Formats: sequence, structure tokens, C-alpha cells
Amino acid sequence: MNNQRRNVLKAGSGAALMGLLAAAGIITPGMALADWNKAAFDAKSMADTLKALGAEGPADSKDVQVTGPDIAENGAVVPVGVGTTLPNVTMVAILIEKNPNALAAAFTLPAGTQPNVQTRVKMGQTSNVYALVKSDGKFFMATKEIKVTLGGCGG
Amino acid sequence: MGNPMKIRAANKDGVTEVKALISHEMETGQRKDSNGAVIPAHFIIELVAKHNDKVVLSSEFGTAISKNPYLAFKFNGGAKGDKISLSWKDNKGDTRTDEATIN
Repeated sequence: MNNQRRNVLKAGSGAALMGLLAAAGIITPGMALADWNKAAFDAKSMADTLKALGAEGPADSKDVQVTGPDIAENGAVVPVGVGTTLPNVTMVAILIEKNPNALAAAFTLPAGTQPNVQTRVKMGQTSNVYALVKSDGKFFMATKEIKVTLGGCGG
Repeated sequence: MGNPMKIRAANKDGVTEVKALISHEMETGQRKDSNGAVIPAHFIIELVAKHNDKVVLSSEFGTAISKNPYLAFKFNGGAKGDKISLSWKDNKGDTRTDEATIN
């Protein structure tokens, strides 16, 4: 029994399958994915991030909610959600003021998708978490302070 | 390629809720290993969710998204048996697509 041959066969069929999937258009490299906004994700401060997102001077709105714990024991995994009752929301973003890069995530919502997204983020330290929402072409923001007892970005 | 995502999609009263757990290390590029060398950043930058062939959510992630990212969102419509697919792309150009059906 030649084990090496077995392995080569296995690896070969795996690669062939990948090729087939790619050929069938199921896996296409660089699919119609959104263009990653490098400038916004590289920006360090809140102001620079908002500028890179084209969202300078958003209005505070009580119709935007940031959900999350008041105190996060583990900064590596902080559940954060953004919800709003504002109409025609096309974009939702989560920003963490004191992280090395403020922008954590930006979501583009086509019509029919509800402006309510939950995810988990890393937080280096206690910080204000901002939810940025684009409704009817205007930007609105809300904030919530989340205290972190153990940072999530340390080595 | 990474490991398969866990995707749950459930339709209730005409609204489909999608919950996904994605397997990815989401390395920030800020940590150092035991020798003091910086561990290079490796994280998902884009994630697109589709209902059948229609995009229902496109997301851009930064390094601040937790390891093995979790994502939940809702969209109007969708029916039992419809297909939901999620595709991500990371900063090294790696991609992965997984599918689930709505319950």
C-alpha cells in the first residue's frame, strides 16, 4: 500500500473540485464585492474616519440605537448592535473611538434589508462606541460608552 | 480557504433573519509573537450576503471585528427553502462562499 500515492490522489481530487467550482462560477475570485474603503479603515481618529466616509458632522439622533453591554469583561469579544427606526437607511457603520483605527465595520443595506445589524467587535480599552447611520442621504449618529475590564488588542 | 461558516436563516412573518458565524482568525497586525515580531494582519475585509442571487447585505470589516466574526441581520421577504449565500474576502485575497437554506 503506497500511502503517499493515496495522499497525492486526495490532494489532486480536491484541487480538481476547486477548479470545477471556479469554472461553474460558484467561486469567482474578486466577486462583485463592495470596494473596501481603505482610507476609512486606515483613519485613526473619529474625525478622519467620518471624513473618509463622507459623513462629516453627523447629527445626533435618538432614533439610532447602539446596543451592547455596559461593561465588557473581555474586550476581544464585545457584542455590539446597531438599530434605527429612521427611513431609507442605506448605510450603517460601527465606530469605536479609542481603538487604533476607529472604524470597525460598515454595512451597505439595499432596499428591503432592515437597519438592524449585530456583530462582535474588539475593544482595546473603555471607549465610546458610535453608530453611524445614513438615512435619506443624511448622516445620523448615536453613542454608548462600553467599559472594558480586559483589553482585546494586547499582545 | 478557511473553514465552513455556520449560517442560520429563519423566516418569520415575512422577515428573514440571518445569523452567521464565520471562521477566521481576524489578526489585527498589532500583536507580537513571543519573539517580539509583529504578527502580520490577516482579516476579512468584505462580506456579501445574497438571497438567491440578490444582494441583501454588503459589509466592510476592519481589524476591530472579533476573531471568528458573528453577524446577524434581517431582510424583508424570503421564503422557506430559498438560498442564502455568504461570501467573504480577506486582505490576503483569500475567499470563501457558503450556502444555507431558509427554514
